[in-house]
Amino acid sequence: MFFKITPTSGQSLYLQLMQQIRHAVENGALRDGDQLPGIRTLAQELVVSPNTIAKAYSELEHEGLLELRQGSGAFISVNRRARSLSNHIQAASRSVTELVEQLRERDFHDEEIRRMFEAALLHQPEMVRKK
Amino acid sequence: MTNGLVIQTERLGKSYGRIEALKELNLSIRAHGITAFLGLNGAAKSTTIKILLGMMRPSSGDGTILGQRISDPIESVRIRRKIAYVSENKRLYDYMTVDQMIRFTSAFYPDWRPSEEQRLLRQFKLPRDRKVKSLSKGMRTKLGLLMAFARQPELLILDEPSEGLDPGGIEELLEILVARCSEGTTIFFSSHQIAEVERIADQICILHAGRLVLDSSVDDLRESYRRIDLIFPSIPAEHDFRIAGIEDVRTRGHQMSVLASRNAEAVVARAHDFHATSIDITPVALRDVFLQKVKEN
Repeated sequence: MFFKITPTSGQSLYLQLMQQIRHAVENGALRDGDQLPGIRTLAQELVVSPNTIAKAYSELEHEGLLELRQGSGAFISVNRRARSLSNHIQAASRSVTELVEQLRERDFHDEEIRRMFEAALLHQPEMVRKK
Repeated sequence: MTNGLVIQTERLGKSYGRIEALKELNLSIRAHGITAFLGLNGAAKSTTIKILLGMMRPSSGDGTILGQRISDPIESVRIRRKIAYVSENKRLYDYMTVDQMIRFTSAFYPDWRPSEEQRLLRQFKLPRDRKVKSLSKGMRTKLGLLMAFARQPELLILDEPSEGLDPGGIEELLEILVARCSEGTTIFFSSHQIAEVERIADQICILHAGRLVLDSSVDDLRESYRRIDLIFPSIPAEHDFRIAGIEDVRTRGHQMSVLASRNAEAVVARAHDFHATSIDITPVALRDVFLQKVKEN
């Protein structure tokens, strides 16, 4: 599994890593029981703080997508809950794809669409935002 | 160590005559992380580090490193035993060879790791028999780094560690810092190179003209800083957008550009109140945060 970190993007590095692992599970690049590199190994490979890797792993464990076994590493765990979560995410991602396609057909550029999404996400101060 | 903080200072100040170089610095550096200490040249980064190490006396305030007072001469010696430090100018003895310099330094430290010394000698391709005097700037830097990295300190303090290194050398340095952090060493390094900081730092402190102008986790910075570009049919007054968390507001014609360190939601809500026709929100690169913070106030 190859990971790619973009430090200049505005997104936290641990979130970038989480998304890539989630995505890899969704598209089958990572399967149930697969082992991920250790924190130290991956930190050195990506040249990022080990705390970044630890945070991503621990959040994914919390989501149920990763199992951390003391001393032996991190393993992908696609249990029923994670599988239904992943179906849920895939369905949502299909809706977003459809909407984006519709907007493109109406001649909006990708950059404009991205800005509209960002603005729409922020224009709900009364709502408690979920991370 | 107290409350998980390895470095803690309280209203640390340094004056030279009437000139206040460092003003009421309050630092809180957590253990087991990588903290970048950023600032332009002359911001007093090196002065701060020298005070922390007991090499310079503060004019006011005090602090602790690993629970020991920096102003107490005896505790200061204990501090220096537990930490490794690489100075800005890598103080070395020119008349010694690389090998002699390493033997001389290692004699002072019980936590010296010969295997690590050998590994770094090979990695850095340092010529053991060459006189220090004849080393290039990059080689001097590498020798200085080797003498800190060959130890196993609780805390590593580096003053501009990448100075003099080429891009390959900088990459090697960052890899070593990351590896050391994995082993549990806390790292505190000063720099003015954003590119090296934004990869590896957990926490960022920005010093400007002797004052701490930012102290934040890098994740918080990335998640909360936003630039919001707005277009209005008729432009509102800038002060209508000067709300909590707003760092900068600029207008040009029908356009307004707002830099928010938090509270981007409130800016968007207000933009709707003023019937903005376009709202464009983009994340802010660390470089822009830095430049904003060190602008003359």
